[in-house]
Amino acid sequence: MTTLFFIEHVNGKVNDQSLKAISATKDLGGDVHGLIAGSNIDGAVEEASKIDGLNKLIHVDNEEFNNILAEKITSVILGMADIYDFFAAAATTTGKNVMPRLSAKLDVAQISEIIGIESPDTFIRTIYAGNAIATVQSSDAKKVLTVRPTAFKAAEIKSDACEVEKINPDNIPAVSEYVSEELTKSDRPELTSAKTIISGGRGMQNGENFELLDKVAAKLGAAVGASRAAVDAGFVPNDYQVGQTGKVVAPELYIAVGISGAIQHLAGMKDSKVIVAINKDEEAPIFDIADYGLVADLFQVLPELEQAL
Amino acid sequence: MKILVPVKRVIDPYVSIRVKSDQSGVETENVKMSMNPFCEIAVEEAIRLKESGSATEIVAVSIGNQSCQETIRTALAMGADRGIHVLTDETLEPLSIAKILSKIVEQESPGLVITGKQAIDGDNNQTGQMLAALTDMPQGTFASKIEIEGEKINVTREVDGGLQTIKLNMPAIITTDLRLNEPRYASLPNIMKAKKKPIDQKTPQDYGVDATSRIKVLKVIEPPKRQAGVKVESIAELVDKLKNEAGVI
Repeated sequence: MTTLFFIEHVNGKVNDQSLKAISATKDLGGDVHGLIAGSNIDGAVEEASKIDGLNKLIHVDNEEFNNILAEKITSVILGMADIYDFFAAAATTTGKNVMPRLSAKLDVAQISEIIGIESPDTFIRTIYAGNAIATVQSSDAKKVLTVRPTAFKAAEIKSDACEVEKINPDNIPAVSEYVSEELTKSDRPELTSAKTIISGGRGMQNGENFELLDKVAAKLGAAVGASRAAVDAGFVPNDYQVGQTGKVVAPELYIAVGISGAIQHLAGMKDSKVIVAINKDEEAPIFDIADYGLVADLFQVLPELEQAL
Repeated sequence: MKILVPVKRVIDPYVSIRVKSDQSGVETENVKMSMNPFCEIAVEEAIRLKESGSATEIVAVSIGNQSCQETIRTALAMGADRGIHVLTDETLEPLSIAKILSKIVEQESPGLVITGKQAIDGDNNQTGQMLAALTDMPQGTFASKIEIEGEKINVTREVDGGLQTIKLNMPAIITTDLRLNEPRYASLPNIMKAKKKPIDQKTPQDYGVDATSRIKVLKVIEPPKRQAGVKVESIAELVDKLKNEAGVI
């Protein structure tokens, strides 16, 4: 049994989500090979080669892959697919984009966003926005998986590196091209890797009021998130969204402010270690899952919270 | 240009689901059903492309039991021109759905296929990408903006860190994210008109697709319930608890 795991990187480092998701491959048994792609990424390649549990790293050294397009990377993986039994990646927007394309090319029914592995053919995953948990068994010879990072602990970086093989494939499909990227600028940590998150909902009333959250976040070193209701209302961009249709997070501390607690939001944060809810409606469902609830007007208590920290 | 829009019938997003006591799945009998919200966004985007003159015909496809006709009618009432219903009482996996859709793409030769990024029942997020693989078309997933430019299409995608724009050759497969548009409600006259629009009925066998299931559901259970904690009276008490009881700040 051999697994090929697609490793993502950002700013010269291995993506935290990949480090978490790769831990899942231990339960599949056998060797694990990593695949990392891009040129001038020596730092990330070095770090990736030291990931605990990795037996070999394949580096696709070509600038075409500095931004990952599904059509191109799928063709590279397909070229080496014969020797692998499992193909896995973190369930990031990149993993979700690439893996189903690979899966269909291999004529395999993918298993998405697994949160547990019972045996090498039996996996646990959530359905219906986390309101049900399914155990599923695959009868495909090869298996394609995406892994929900929050369900696994990050793999350690060891001091010694595994073998690194550089490849530079040709005949890369040219049906798609990267144009540009507009990354949300923020001094705050990324939502999916933050230890503390403070999120606002419709109760924030407008985008400007998110500054109140920013100030508390600055004190806590926290990331700022939002409910789908706040995104739908246009207060903040979609990459703030925590929930089944946005990001799934599980920080040490999650503070929900002016969020009623719709099912779809809870699905994205209910695995947080400690949940705090601040809402003026004491009947809000968010209080049913909060460890600490404060029934109060957020506009009064957020400045107080900032002061108290 | 023709646009193909696959639409899925799912439990209404505002209904609380119930796990069956024999752990075989989620109860769907006598439950309110609706079009998957991401599919509604796909239908809306196709209609807007037709209204702006980029598209000439919109074909809505649904694969599932007899009731899927209603979901197709909803798409027709919103503004799609005709429907294709692939009748099956089996619950098909995304791979089988994508295989059937790829045969329909072969027959219909659309310039674009616009589909939801995921269905809110299985939460698989696979069908669009798989269809792109099987038809060898480029894919623009999680789209928040699309712009046709001659033979190409610019797709702005919702990615983890913000937005990414890519350029694809057409024909292409697009999957919709939340902010692409706000779907319209069908007006009463359009609902009446939709009753006269044609729906072709087919079966998976008509397309020669082997839809045998590869994934067996062993059990479906409810998630562990999280217990409600305590109410605090003030910020001071909250900060004290977070520091000294929970130890998280």
